[in-house]
Amino acid sequence: MNSYAPILVLGGLAAGFAIFSVVSGMLTGPKRYNRAKLEAYECGIEPTPQPVGGGRFPVKYYLTAMLFIIFDIEIVFLYPWAVRFDSLGWFGLVEMVFFILTVFVAYGYVWRRGGLEWD
Amino acid sequence: MSALALIGPLTADATTPTNYENLSFFGRDPWWLILIKVVAVFAFLVVTVLMAILFERKIVGYMQQRIGPNRTGPWGLLQSLADGVKLMLKEDIIPTAADKLVFIIAPLIATIPAFLAIAVVPFGPANNQVSIFHHRTPLQLTDLPVAILYVLAATSIGIYGIVLAGWASGSTYPLLGALRSTAQMISYEIAMSLSFVAVFIYAGTMSTSGIVNSQHSWWNCLPLLPSFLIYVVSMVGETNRAPFDLPEAEGELVGGFHTEYSSIKFALFFLAEYINMVTVSSLAVLMFLGGWHAPFGLVSVWHGANSGWWPVLWYVIKLVLFMLFFFWLRATLPRLRYDQFMKLGWKVLIPASLVWLLAVAVVRTLKNEGDLNRSHLIYILGPVVAVLVVLWIVSELRYRQTSAVEKAEEAATAAKPFDPMDGGFPVPPLPGQTLPAFTPRRPRAALVGALVESAEASELEAGDPDV
Amino acid sequence: MTTTRALGSTTGVEITFILIGLLTFGAAVLTVTVRNLVHAALWLVVALGGLAGCYLLLAAEFVAWVQVLIYVGAVAVLLLFGLMLTRAPIGRTTELDSGNRWAAAVVGLATAGVLVSVIGDAVRTTWFDPRQAVVNGTAKAVGTSLFRYWVLPFELLSVLLLAALVGAIVLSRRDVSDDVDAAEGTPRAQATEAEA
Repeated sequence: MNSYAPILVLGGLAAGFAIFSVVSGMLTGPKRYNRAKLEAYECGIEPTPQPVGGGRFPVKYYLTAMLFIIFDIEIVFLYPWAVRFDSLGWFGLVEMVFFILTVFVAYGYVWRRGGLEWD
Repeated sequence: MSALALIGPLTADATTPTNYENLSFFGRDPWWLILIKVVAVFAFLVVTVLMAILFERKIVGYMQQRIGPNRTGPWGLLQSLADGVKLMLKEDIIPTAADKLVFIIAPLIATIPAFLAIAVVPFGPANNQVSIFHHRTPLQLTDLPVAILYVLAATSIGIYGIVLAGWASGSTYPLLGALRSTAQMISYEIAMSLSFVAVFIYAGTMSTSGIVNSQHSWWNCLPLLPSFLIYVVSMVGETNRAPFDLPEAEGELVGGFHTEYSSIKFALFFLAEYINMVTVSSLAVLMFLGGWHAPFGLVSVWHGANSGWWPVLWYVIKLVLFMLFFFWLRATLPRLRYDQFMKLGWKVLIPASLVWLLAVAVVRTLKNEGDLNRSHLIYILGPVVAVLVVLWIVSELRYRQTSAVEKAEEAATAAKPFDPMDGGFPVPPLPGQTLPAFTPRRPRAALVGALVESAEASELEAGDPDV
Repeated sequence: MTTTRALGSTTGVEITFILIGLLTFGAAVLTVTVRNLVHAALWLVVALGGLAGCYLLLAAEFVAWVQVLIYVGAVAVLLLFGLMLTRAPIGRTTELDSGNRWAAAVVGLATAGVLVSVIGDAVRTTWFDPRQAVVNGTAKAVGTSLFRYWVLPFELLSVLLLAALVGAIVLSRRDVSDDVDAAEGTPRAQATEAEA
């Protein structure tokens, strides 16, 4: 656990620096109220109503995040495998080839179904 | 699978790899030394960022026949500092529609994890320590057996800063920019993480000091060149830098996720971006370019090149070269389109790195299990390749079928001929319409045929020398 | 949270563990009580991060950082994307309470009870000294046991991933009609307009 002490100290220093900056930035800057200034910026026109509530985003983003999770899990398994690679021998290689191929089938399916097209 | 499981353990204990991972040097510093080292790396990061911003403006300026900032301090050296002070004195605007708490927290979430990655970056060898106030210590804050995983985890927390900034602004453009930015970062994080696997196979460890140690004779960028190239591309995508700076495509999204941010909160996002550049450059140096190792051949002429404080110099030189590479890219390359960018990430980088990884694994296993006959390779990989080929052929056939149907439909819809000067204005072809004579992929013979067929098309080509 | 009863001599690590456990618990409670959807997601992130801290204190280094990478860095991002794809208004949402929240509470408590009893029973006699060298939690140890002794679960997992991805594609496919997105979004948009 001793190895984590410097990380904690560094995190504390970074947090202190960032919080200090934000707080002092609030104090040092001027404050002049102006209704138009506090509106959402849309190049000078009246802001359009929020797309957030009920706004429609391409479902592609959701698919991308899902693909990301799948590959992230694959990577998480690849890392300990890579670290132990030399002692696992052929057996380790074959089992990882099967694993990667299965994930690759999923990947190929997504590709063919147009899940990777952005237009 | 079960048959393999039975024979597996028999062949498993064949080799014992060289062990590069030795973490016994870490976690021994007294508290005052930890404090000194932490402040030192923190200052290193901040100064590097301040200098990087200035040099980026200078270098991009020179590349465009301009001078760049030269008014503040000698040769403009204090420009970034002056900018920071000025931002500090600006009004801190929080839009009415914003979620105030999250709006304030978002830049903190972006900045704090960005600082953390430097903790495991080795500035020098762990076993050849320097003396600070008569206390011997490695030139590295700390190291973990899972150091690279830790860096990746810190990066993934930083994503929240962006997505929350976009959401909390209560505005359209920041939200769009945040979604884009997040999708971009997670897409390229995969290619980036995959490119590390080959390095772990070579080093047999995930600790940063171990990885650098493993490159004492060969830097990984030579035997693992494809991994290195994939990493370099994906690190630019991961940091949202030009030519992959789509989240801040001004023409489409104003300023991206930080459109509504002003004052020091904007500066914190800026700081986080540049710290992330330092982080990914450091990773590139320590994973592929030998970390603190002296340049090739120098050790044979000068034995002390890798001892004392010298490794810091080699590391900083390599880091600076990578930062310059970022600036050079920005000055040279135009921004990609979003679909091109995602296509590159998902359809090129990820499959390429997986295939390369399998190639590395097979070659490495062949090397390790020298007693095994190479014909085993045919038995094992033959069926795999056969299955892949069959899959590819089947899917290609199906794809051709569907695309033939689509083409027939398109031809039906594009019955109306395309008029490039519709209504007196030059217009691009709409979906379904094609530009017959000007498609660049069209073979020459067909083009000639089209010219003969259509007098109109030949007229157009003659009239427009640019095409 | 379950190991507090193993509290013999309180050391710094144990106190930290309890504190992080309490933080995780508090964040989990806030996740289901907070009235703003995105804030709830953020409290979930805190709870997941707190779990990572617990793993870290139990010397399961690899699992701890995997927890951060997968759950905080990927699953919660997916959740936020899902919220933003549908609706994530700034401010409070009134219809967050569902009618069957008591049933949900019962199911949640029952799941927790089963997990606590099973895991507690499994590790009741196992003692762990956090001051000793970390051996079992490293990536190497995980790799050895995973790829030597737990091969079949590992391979089955790839099938699970395949199923998950196929499910995601089916949910978001576009080849049914050209404007599936619009068709999906329309009722929601109308509902929000009706609210406003």
